[in-house]
Amino acid sequence: MSLSVDQVRKVAKLARLELAEADLPVMAEQLNRILGYIDQLQQVNTDGVEPLAHPLPVQNVFRPDDPAPSLPVDEALRNAPTRTGDYFGVPAVFDPADEMTA
Amino acid sequence: MSLIEKTAAELVALQAAGKTSAAEIADAFLAAIRDRDPAVKAFQHVDEAAVRQRAQAVDAKRAKGEPLGPLAGVPVAVKDVLCTKGVPTTCSSKILANFVPPYDADVVARLLAADAVPIGKTNMDEFAMGSSTENSAYFTTRNPWDTTRIPGGSSGGSAAAVAACEAPVSLGTDTGGSIRQPASLCGIVGLKPTYGRVSRYGLIAFASSLDQVGPFTHDLTDCALMMEVIAGHDPKDSTSVDNPVPAYSRTLNDPVNGLRIGVPKEFFAEGLDAEVEAAVRAALKEYESQGAKLVDVSLPHSPYALAAYYIVAPAEASSNLARYDGMHYGHRTKEKADLVATYAKSRSEGFGPEVRRRIMIGTYVLSSGYKDAYYLKALKIRRLVKKDYDDAFAKCDVIIGPTSPVPAFKAGDKTDDPLAMYLNDIYTVSGNLAGIPGVSIPCGFTKGNLPIGLQLLSPAFDEERLLRIGRMYERATDWHTRRAKVG
Repeated sequence: MSLSVDQVRKVAKLARLELAEADLPVMAEQLNRILGYIDQLQQVNTDGVEPLAHPLPVQNVFRPDDPAPSLPVDEALRNAPTRTGDYFGVPAVFDPADEMTA
Repeated sequence: MSLIEKTAAELVALQAAGKTSAAEIADAFLAAIRDRDPAVKAFQHVDEAAVRQRAQAVDAKRAKGEPLGPLAGVPVAVKDVLCTKGVPTTCSSKILANFVPPYDADVVARLLAADAVPIGKTNMDEFAMGSSTENSAYFTTRNPWDTTRIPGGSSGGSAAAVAACEAPVSLGTDTGGSIRQPASLCGIVGLKPTYGRVSRYGLIAFASSLDQVGPFTHDLTDCALMMEVIAGHDPKDSTSVDNPVPAYSRTLNDPVNGLRIGVPKEFFAEGLDAEVEAAVRAALKEYESQGAKLVDVSLPHSPYALAAYYIVAPAEASSNLARYDGMHYGHRTKEKADLVATYAKSRSEGFGPEVRRRIMIGTYVLSSGYKDAYYLKALKIRRLVKKDYDDAFAKCDVIIGPTSPVPAFKAGDKTDDPLAMYLNDIYTVSGNLAGIPGVSIPCGFTKGNLPIGLQLLSPAFDEERLLRIGRMYERATDWHTRRAKVG
């Protein structure tokens, strides 16, 4: 399988990465080399093999639901790019003009 | 021998005997960092005043006759992927340039409880993705044995810090070989514990089903000592296993009788450097001279392990690194944009080329229409890789081979070819896929005086025997006593 520049653009969008138009062919070439190497897996017969997502056979690990103090607000917000009062400050999610007509 | 060339165990004994103090030790290593780190560049962050203060506090405890932990007064360098409360933790990435964690990783808390003295945070490949530290967003660490060469990676800073005697011991992390490969290239001991043996709480995630924290040391005595401190169950990491932690130090010098060593032909394949192969064969001879029996074993799927790894690890990374959206912490773009564009701009400005590449691969192999062909296929191969090890360990106690196919290479040699860089991990990734422990120990030098590492792999949770088997070789050789001459 081989990725076109268009597909690379689409994957970048899914990954929330902004790649410069000029970098897309380079990224496509590099990804295709890696995918070319990965394609050797298709030679292995895996019929009837269960996928292994995790090396340990642990499931549903529970612990007692003991209340403990949370991080103080100032500590939790100390790394925030912007702070608004006791909240994380973020760019507007909706265009206010849209909201008026919604 | 000066203080900085001592092992952690020796430093503990010297303090107990009143021949030196934690403050004196801290000063000696801080001086070594000042002298040597401009050439080696192992450290990302060192706070001299905080180190001295901590060392003095350990001395004060001793003066008052209070009980002291097993690493009292021992400086420990910590890979910058492990959270340290109030101390910058960058993952060698621009996206975390200003990040200061509000809590300690479990392993860091255990070091502090053992009265160790954290001496600084070490450089690494960005988000632990790489085999040379050349993917650090800040600078490349140099190999103390030859500063024109790389130290290996991704824990290259932690390995170089110990090899350069800028710290007696350090912590790294291993997702596909990131402890064992740099240990091999730097001529020191590096252990990747069994998945679940050491807590991952506060370890900034790369690939959560593969990541594991482990120690770098000059020798296996220190490795055992470090493991006694960092191993153990942590309720904050649900994948950490509640098995008792053996007293590794107590049994370290007991040889394993009737030892059967599995030698897989797949670990002596094309691409293995001739000098590395000769050193590994000589080490196997040493074991035979001690009565061990060599057993031919096969790991038929190991040639596919690297390809499977380069699906599984990027897939998990693309999911784990989705958290860097510029909203709660980390870099946010200065450009004015709507929400989705702010995510994309922040991430593209913050992540370096290799991280972007892996996120792209991971996103692609998990995307609709490709998940079965890539991701599920890789997980099935992972099952087969693990089964190969189970089958092999039915016939032997330990599997031994080279850690890295080549000794340390020149900086810049592989930076233009991501795939060539990935091949450094060819002998180490299968251990991560299977979740088993592996240790790299020094087993010689090339004609050009570059260290060579021997990799020993054992069944899961068998570190106690793994270290004893390693020690059988170590006590018969003196590679681990050599120190790099820096500058």
